[in-house]
Amino acid sequence: MTSDVHPAPTGGPRKGWPLWEVFIRARRGLSHQHVGSLHAPDADMALRNARDVYTRRGEGVSIWIAPSTAITASSPDEKDPFFDPAMDKAYRHPTFYDVPEGVSHL
Amino acid sequence: MYGNIDRIESSDEGALPAGVEVVLQELFDQLIADDQRIEPRDWMPDGYRNTLIRQIAQHAHSEIIGMQPEGNWITRAPSLRRKAILLAKVQDEAGHGLYLYSAAETLGVDREDLLDLLHSGKQKYSSIFNYPTLSWADMGAIGWLVDGAAIMNQVPLCRCSYGPYGRAMVRICKEESFHQRQGFEILYTLSQGTQAQHAMAQDAVDRFWWPSLMMFGPPDTDSPNSEQSTAWGIKRFSNDELRQRFVDMCVSQAEALGLTLPDPDLQWNSERQHHDFGAIDWAELTRVIKGDGPCNAQRMARRVSAHEDGRWVREAAQAYAAKHRADKVKAGAAA
Amino acid sequence: MTAASLSSQPLDNDDIDQADIDQAALATYVLGLGDDALIVAQRLGEWITRAPQIEEDIALGNIALDLLGQARTLLGYAGEVDGNVTGMPRDEDDLAFLRDEREFRNVHLVEIENGDFAVTMARQLIFSSYQYELYTALLTSIDPTLSALAGKAVKEVAYHRDHATQWVLRLGDGTPESHERMQAALDQVWPYVEEIFDTADTADILAALPGIAADPAALRPAWSRYVENVITTATLSVPTPTWRSRGGRSGYHTENLGHLLPEMQNLHRSHPGASW
Repeated sequence: MTSDVHPAPTGGPRKGWPLWEVFIRARRGLSHQHVGSLHAPDADMALRNARDVYTRRGEGVSIWIAPSTAITASSPDEKDPFFDPAMDKAYRHPTFYDVPEGVSHL
Repeated sequence: MYGNIDRIESSDEGALPAGVEVVLQELFDQLIADDQRIEPRDWMPDGYRNTLIRQIAQHAHSEIIGMQPEGNWITRAPSLRRKAILLAKVQDEAGHGLYLYSAAETLGVDREDLLDLLHSGKQKYSSIFNYPTLSWADMGAIGWLVDGAAIMNQVPLCRCSYGPYGRAMVRICKEESFHQRQGFEILYTLSQGTQAQHAMAQDAVDRFWWPSLMMFGPPDTDSPNSEQSTAWGIKRFSNDELRQRFVDMCVSQAEALGLTLPDPDLQWNSERQHHDFGAIDWAELTRVIKGDGPCNAQRMARRVSAHEDGRWVREAAQAYAAKHRADKVKAGAAA
Repeated sequence: MTAASLSSQPLDNDDIDQADIDQAALATYVLGLGDDALIVAQRLGEWITRAPQIEEDIALGNIALDLLGQARTLLGYAGEVDGNVTGMPRDEDDLAFLRDEREFRNVHLVEIENGDFAVTMARQLIFSSYQYELYTALLTSIDPTLSALAGKAVKEVAYHRDHATQWVLRLGDGTPESHERMQAALDQVWPYVEEIFDTADTADILAALPGIAADPAALRPAWSRYVENVITTATLSVPTPTWRSRGGRSGYHTENLGHLLPEMQNLHRSHPGASW
């Protein structure tokens, strides 16, 4: 069921552990590939969590982690001419939505 | 490969010039019509976004809650090999939950908020996990039937229009096939074993068969959101279609297992080229979804207490990180 | 099983072949190592769905799986070696599920209840740091099964030790509440340390296995250096216990084992001879 309430963005500090993006080089000769994200309190734990979550089947020679907020992004074919051009803006920090009380179906 | 490094930009959307939204909707519709993927930075209708958040989150919650019925037998597994396999399986489920929360977060929600919604009952998880695991054979039944049904639902989702969700599903499906095979193997071993083991296996199948069929959701005629989900490329096949495929698959597998399915109306229909099967008790599904299932309260209590009991640990880790960030700043300044 | 005392063998590796090695002593020694790993794995399994963060369910599960793997190798080997003595070899499941409490050879540390997350991490820090020194020593064991296992296990336990270290640091140097809990946890588990390194219960066995077994007392200095450094860095204090555990290697356990074993063994024992 979809809600007719559109949650308003807060841009406020996130609760809980920050988000990190994970990149794995599965074998020698390959480059690092983005495999997903995870939450960890700091870089040391993020690296260890990444090993546990993303290399449980031995899929990983090298792991990189980076705070999600450190990523600067653009996509070649993004259809957003009415937004500020991506290239001269720092990575758009994720605005995490407050889910209002009483919203029974998101 | 994930596109999780992209995030939804939200605040600009309120300030769209007139007519722009129409163009963006057309671009979105064209991508869907061309069976292309929608990525996090693309404009999308609120309904699409909200539907995905709910569906992906509930899928993630199901993985996490699903760890409980199986986790129940880790300390009691009948051999060390089975203990190891079960531990690995439950770990996989935790990992799947994390992949899915990651996918949901690309839509601009925080995992903490999604967990709050789970803990307060505002978001759901698959109702199958509200049934108790009463014997070791239930590990087999869950692997064979529950994971089997999940795979049937999940394979089409690999082609979901939303990129991060589809990619999470590809990763999950690769790992899931081991789960179903393990379940089948457990049941096969039991079925071929002692009389007591065979009876244990049959009892587990008798208890899990109908709830597994309910995993595919209400009948198509009773599924108001299906049409929109299908139009958006989120849903690729109907509930009844997938349920029928599942029944057909299980009938031959049950024969191979030497076990029966608890449905006297189950029989091959050569006209339809499918198995007819008996009426599902939809009242039971409704009741269990609403909270009146055997384990709903217990599953939630465990999940909530793990979260609450762990709060001091999470806070400690954050406090440590903050302290040592400051150290790094000092070290940098002193250099 | 008690070791027959042998006249001491020369420590020249070329002279020592399998036939000269006291099989009963070897089986007993290996069983102790295997039981340690098995019981910790069992305790860690209890954390699944209860961990403070989903990532930690996965991490603890990984550690449990590694230890279970070590236990299976060690118990399998012990059963085989013991079979050389009794003529009736036993497999890993026979040993895990069909022995009674008094036949288990683990130290008391591994059987204590999980407690809160701090207690579990205190136990893990002590145990994994011990295993790290143990397997490092066993890398040069002249027993090929033990040295091969050590080669693999030392990498696993390096990771386990690191995981426990990261948490002890964060809990010790986190919030006032976590600091208090972590210190209380160390205070609770420290009485179990002495037993791990005490050779009184196993002197005969160790004497019968020169070049094969690792003398636990010899492992202590490196262990102490590592663990005490972690504790100090975590702004915690090394406890000074007023009592110590003893007897695990001889089959005298805490009341905990009497509850842990039935839970672990009941299903297997209910279906004698069945395959799973």
